[in-house]
Amino acid sequence: MSLMNNLSTSMISSSSSTFFAPTSFNSRTQSVSVPLKSINIVKCVATPQEQQNAYKTKVSRNANIAKLQAGYLFPEVARRRAAHLLKYPNAQVISLGIGDTTEPIPDVITSAMAKRSHALSTLEGYSGYGAEQGEKALRAALASTFYRNLGIEDDDIFVSDGAKCDISRLQVVFGSNVTMAVQDPSYPAYVDSSVIMGQTGQFQKDVEKYGNIEYMRCTPENGFFPDLSKVARTDIIFFCSPNNPTGAAATREQLTRLVKFAKDNGSIIVYDSAYAMYMSDDNPRSIFEIPGAKEVAIETASFSKYAGFTGVRLGWTVIPKQLLFSDGFPVAKDFNRIVCTCFNGASNIAQAGGLACLSSEGLEAMQEVIGFYKENTKIIVETFNSLGFKVYGGKNAPYVWVHFPGRSSWDVFSEILEKTHIVTTPGSGFGPGGEGFIRVSAFGHRENVLEACRRFKQLYN
Amino acid sequence: MNKLSACSSMACGISLQPKMVLASLRVRKQGNGRCTNVPRNVNLEKLQNNYLFPEISKRELQHLEKYPNAKVISLGIGDTTEPIPEQISLSMANYAHALSTADGYRGYGAEQGNQALRKAIAETFYKDVAIKDTEVFVSDGSQCDISRLQLLLGSKVTIAVQDPSFPGYIDSSVIIGQAGNFQDKTGKYQNIEYMQLGPQNNFFPDLTVTPRTDIIFFCSPNNPTGHAATRKQLQHLVEFARDNGSIIIFDSAYAAYISDDSPKSIFEIPGAKEVAIEISSFSKFAGFTGVRLGWTVVPEELLFSGGFPVIHDFNRIVCTCFNGASNIAQAGGLACLSPEGFQAICAVIDYYKENAKILVDTFASLGLEVYGGVSAPYVWVHFPGSKSWNIFAEILEKTHIITVPGSGFGPGGAEYIRISAFGKRKHIIEASWRLEKLFSKGKPLCNCLK
Repeated sequence: MSLMNNLSTSMISSSSSTFFAPTSFNSRTQSVSVPLKSINIVKCVATPQEQQNAYKTKVSRNANIAKLQAGYLFPEVARRRAAHLLKYPNAQVISLGIGDTTEPIPDVITSAMAKRSHALSTLEGYSGYGAEQGEKALRAALASTFYRNLGIEDDDIFVSDGAKCDISRLQVVFGSNVTMAVQDPSYPAYVDSSVIMGQTGQFQKDVEKYGNIEYMRCTPENGFFPDLSKVARTDIIFFCSPNNPTGAAATREQLTRLVKFAKDNGSIIVYDSAYAMYMSDDNPRSIFEIPGAKEVAIETASFSKYAGFTGVRLGWTVIPKQLLFSDGFPVAKDFNRIVCTCFNGASNIAQAGGLACLSSEGLEAMQEVIGFYKENTKIIVETFNSLGFKVYGGKNAPYVWVHFPGRSSWDVFSEILEKTHIVTTPGSGFGPGGEGFIRVSAFGHRENVLEACRRFKQLYN
Repeated sequence: MNKLSACSSMACGISLQPKMVLASLRVRKQGNGRCTNVPRNVNLEKLQNNYLFPEISKRELQHLEKYPNAKVISLGIGDTTEPIPEQISLSMANYAHALSTADGYRGYGAEQGNQALRKAIAETFYKDVAIKDTEVFVSDGSQCDISRLQLLLGSKVTIAVQDPSFPGYIDSSVIIGQAGNFQDKTGKYQNIEYMQLGPQNNFFPDLTVTPRTDIIFFCSPNNPTGHAATRKQLQHLVEFARDNGSIIIFDSAYAAYISDDSPKSIFEIPGAKEVAIEISSFSKFAGFTGVRLGWTVVPEELLFSGGFPVIHDFNRIVCTCFNGASNIAQAGGLACLSPEGFQAICAVIDYYKENAKILVDTFASLGLEVYGGVSAPYVWVHFPGSKSWNIFAEILEKTHIITVPGSGFGPGGAEYIRISAFGKRKHIIEASWRLEKLFSKGKPLCNCLK
């Protein structure tokens, strides 16, 4: 029991503690928090000083990693939050920054995980290594829940420990000699993993872009769908819908054009559907709803934002058998090799939870939690609308994309943090196309979201 | 759900790899269909076969199809079999339940791992060598960590591996683009330095004839040979690395099996912090092969040639390409490191070690050359002049026992078989009995000699 307390106190969720203990750090910040002597805090921000007199190996630093400009976006936001708490130890900080789920996981799901845990202590229930591709029952449930009638089979589905990890594994499959396109703005892991993999050139400070990446600008003017007639051909196209950070959901017509574009160019779309269940409108939830997509697309998805599994770690990637490299070799075969060699399966306990998520009771429970966050989103959208801001997203995704024309997004971020103690995410963290925008995430306890909106109204009235 | 059937008389759900292969072949045969214009990653083309362990699974599946009533005993893949001690699974169950409560719910954890767990790992395993909790990165296992380390190091470094060695080092090296082409003649990748291990050098490479590489993968206690490097040997290794400015990646996954006073961590060797990274795992320690939990230690003192701390870049990889180990698994890990949990785990390890002893005694009594099995859960048996896949096949055919052919671990394993000691005692005893029957006929196995 004391063990669990140990674990709990060191992983205090930001949302549960905003009104209470002032020293309540999001567990993310723990890695970068005081004491400042911890060398990690420096590492997330800037290049540490090179230590001149110490013993050095003769191993060169990976030049690709050296290209990265700063820490990954979200630890940077966490660092700023931690610094803010140091400055204002009694502030009641509200986190609408990192898209971290806050509501408890429905019982039906956690009971299944507890049951599996207990079973691991029994002779009949103990299991060792699982199939790297995931447990059969879960793969089948994913296929029938999300891809019924789309011609996606159980063994096209690879269960993982989350979309972020899958993105990197896909990059490992593709290798360094492919070109990629991303939406601008977009979830930073696509670009960062591409840099790490060696697909890109140097960062160009004047345009805030990495060489060799095609940035597909998504703006209010183009309805947050890129003008494909202006997009150069790349091998890989990362596309997220509903979109993080803009909240835009591509229509059937748009996705049909995207699939055609990919087909004409012989490209592969990596379609990130992590927020599909937040869709309110009648837009496709899976790229495979578009005819012909199976020959040009991979889909990645996650339980994180559906089931609150951000810490439990479970996701999946779909690679149709019809998806072939230029020499006819099936992409799924190479992905399978990577999964077997660079991975060893998602946690069996998490997978038991995933299966429970897809029971009818589980699905119903997930819909309820998703509905809760969507209501949060509505409240935030209404707040910013009422203050006269141009507001985007928030209908089909748990993110609100607020325009601050002519302003630096990190400046707005800092101002909001300083004056209201609310953490958001600066749009430029998602690419140059995000400059002038702030992403407000809608995950949080209802009272925190309401309080945050009161503070926004105070600041901007 | 078990990936493999151990001593089962019916075929059961097994790893999907064979079916996957068939399906993709079917697509190819149908003709080109519609290919993209995306070139296949040339590095993946260089891989010679499937990863070793799914291949072993495939063979088991085929064998079961051939002999549906065979009571197959799996001493192949090193998969743990004994239930996890109750207090540990109880911790995980409690943690899971807590996720349904307002107070107990947790979202994203620190990518580097839960602080209490990092601390517990540092205190349990590295107390006397002053490794800090901030130098410990919790993961979902060593196989994943090895690949993340390769991502960290990039395609332009050179590596050395023990020969034989855990195939994850070589395969990940090929995938990332370090290894060059495979040479059929030697059975080696062009750019990889293979440090031969054998009885002739006491299973420790002759470093005087080993050229410099940037990275040296070193596993001790060793998978597959079972040899635990002595303090003196590791001092040589650290000295060698220091002289060459190399980085050792020390795999200590089996440290808990050590029976003598061989070092359990590379950091017991003075100077190691400036030349080594250590990886380890709860898999064989706590039966967490399916739960997924491990860790990597990157000392702050470890610097690239320009003076840049390696830990900084590893942290970046962990934050960008990973999102932390499952919080439930981490709760289990913390319970493993409590005094009661640790004690319970040691009892399970002793159980497997007793299995290993039985297997060692069996082979020794048959007059076969047997190594390992004392400080590791693997027994390494030498069949001089033989081809290991043939021995593997013969053993499987005649005794329905799955082993692993030594050549799966590198050309240095060509004449050896690895027998894993994980399994129920009764199966180990049954397996020993079958092996005794097979090998005590007095004549060498037919078709096994060149």
